[in-house]
Amino acid sequence: MAYDYEKSIRPGKLPHIWCPGCGHGIAMKGLIRAMDTCGLEKNNTAVVSGIGCASRMPGYLDFCTLHTAHGRAAAFATGVKMAKPEMNVIVVGGDGDGTAIGGNHFIHACRRNIDMTYVILNNSIYGMTGGQFSPCTPTGAKASTTVYGNPDPTFDISKLAIGAGASFVARTTSFHATQIDKLIAEGIKHKGMSVIEVLDDCPTTYGRRNKFRSVVDMMKRLKDIAVPVAAAGKMTAEQLEGKVLTGVLYKEDKPEYCEQYAQVIARAKGA
Amino acid sequence: MAKKVALLQGNDACAQGALYAGCTFFGGYPITPSTEVAEVLSVELPKRNGKFIQMEDEIGAMASIIGASLTGQKVLTATSGPGISLKQELIGYACIAEIPCVIINVMRGGPSTGMPTGPGQSDVQQAKWGTHGDHAAIALAPASCQEIFSETVRAFNLAEKYRMPVQVIYDEIVGHMRERIEFPEPGELEVIDRTAPSVAPEDYKPFDTSFGDVPPLAAFGSDYRFHVTGLNKAADGFPTTKAELVDDEQRRQIRKVDAAQPDIESNDEYLTDDAEVVIFAYGSTARSARYAVNELRKEGIKAGLFRPITLWPFPEKRVAELAGQVKAIVVPELNLGQMILEVERVAKNACALAGVNRVDGEPINPGQIMDQVKEVL
Repeated sequence: MAYDYEKSIRPGKLPHIWCPGCGHGIAMKGLIRAMDTCGLEKNNTAVVSGIGCASRMPGYLDFCTLHTAHGRAAAFATGVKMAKPEMNVIVVGGDGDGTAIGGNHFIHACRRNIDMTYVILNNSIYGMTGGQFSPCTPTGAKASTTVYGNPDPTFDISKLAIGAGASFVARTTSFHATQIDKLIAEGIKHKGMSVIEVLDDCPTTYGRRNKFRSVVDMMKRLKDIAVPVAAAGKMTAEQLEGKVLTGVLYKEDKPEYCEQYAQVIARAKGA
Repeated sequence: MAKKVALLQGNDACAQGALYAGCTFFGGYPITPSTEVAEVLSVELPKRNGKFIQMEDEIGAMASIIGASLTGQKVLTATSGPGISLKQELIGYACIAEIPCVIINVMRGGPSTGMPTGPGQSDVQQAKWGTHGDHAAIALAPASCQEIFSETVRAFNLAEKYRMPVQVIYDEIVGHMRERIEFPEPGELEVIDRTAPSVAPEDYKPFDTSFGDVPPLAAFGSDYRFHVTGLNKAADGFPTTKAELVDDEQRRQIRKVDAAQPDIESNDEYLTDDAEVVIFAYGSTARSARYAVNELRKEGIKAGLFRPITLWPFPEKRVAELAGQVKAIVVPELNLGQMILEVERVAKNACALAGVNRVDGEPINPGQIMDQVKEVL
């Protein structure tokens, strides 16, 4: 029997705003399955986002949902989690939202290792505003503000998250649909800050400008560049050129922020 | 029983007032001259199962308190100068999403880093107009440590009652001076909590105006599940671009404050009944003005003091009345003339008007005010 997504979707809120061929819908289905797998209770789960195409996702989901300001999702989510640690907190957003204007909030949420799951949909472009380059746009690529080719180096979001202190970091792509929910579920179950980077595509504002003739071509690229971490160990540097590692990239048990603060409370009361 | 008294710094009094009001969450970022508010609450909140978090920046601090408020907490942040400018983005969010929160702005000069350890009153217009878009504003301007305590309590009450951000703005002089303060007993000052929804969860709409211009706000993590956005939205909380709904929402959010002005407005008047000249002054400047009034009276000049404690919404009606009564209004401010613009707008040339302004990091002294009064009369 087909999986019932509708039990997690708010009645009357579809269709979504995403263009045909966009990977965000695939990621949303993955998130829905993952939250279901983990048994997250709707009233006890906050789904928080910033601004952008990906950030419209919470509006469709039948949970406690908070669509905040551009880049600020992680900081709002920190307030929710800190105030009510018993709530499950999921953050969802795009690469521009999370790593440019929201970069500071993102790295500090990672540093605190606060127990939430940040699903970051990396389509390497600002889609909603019409295709300006983001910190994740490949160097040389065309965007509406880099018609002569992007001069900027790019962020590797997963490496950024690991470097900043997130204790669970995983990456997959919208081609690998069945891996999305498995990784998000693992992230939700992990105590601490988990970051799941989902590489996906924006055919409308990125594909058209960068000579992808169809959505299928873009999906094929995601399939081709993905290398599972286990397989990467057996590959040469030459073979890994242009590839991205997928799967669980980093996992560590370390103190979680709200638990640390519970100790602050205990010490304050004992003082 | 004698009341508990203490010699407290203004910023400490603010923190104590917040605790009295039931503040359970503080999100902040260090900035002079407001930092003591954070320091005191970092000590006191965890003793009471409250939460203190020092965020990565001013915007993050503002975001954290809005998030916490949505879970039903009473929330506070404190900042100054460039920090209040950074917070304006999300003050706008709290306005449109109607999230109760209290923001302390201990004012210094500027713009930019300016003189961080010197006093100023240069954010008084920013308190009204700082954030983007049309919006209502409530800003309270205490002038003593005792009043910082009580006005912080009132700020929480107004934020919860009217479901919006409320600012308490005071200059560095009041924030850093130490005065004797009497702690009110529990119950002595009114403490108001936000109105919880009375409808069943399935019928709840976060912007349901059938309950009046201030819709009840449920909490995340309760039996109620809803959507919050910074977009214009319909009663159910979901985005809309329907012209009539957007127009209704924008006007209601301003109307809810306009209509409540009698409840929100608070002024202190001293010898204004027979006054021929009124000094309009707020914050530390009002203390010099009160001294000046006494000295002027000794010299036979019928001077009075009008001290707005609620700076926004502006006390239009009373200022207009006074303008019709007196020969002149003198407005001393630690800026180059900000609230005088409001007095001018309301007075409509009914009397003479003159400012006394300093931006050199020094307080305005009574002599300067007296000189200007004599000059203008």
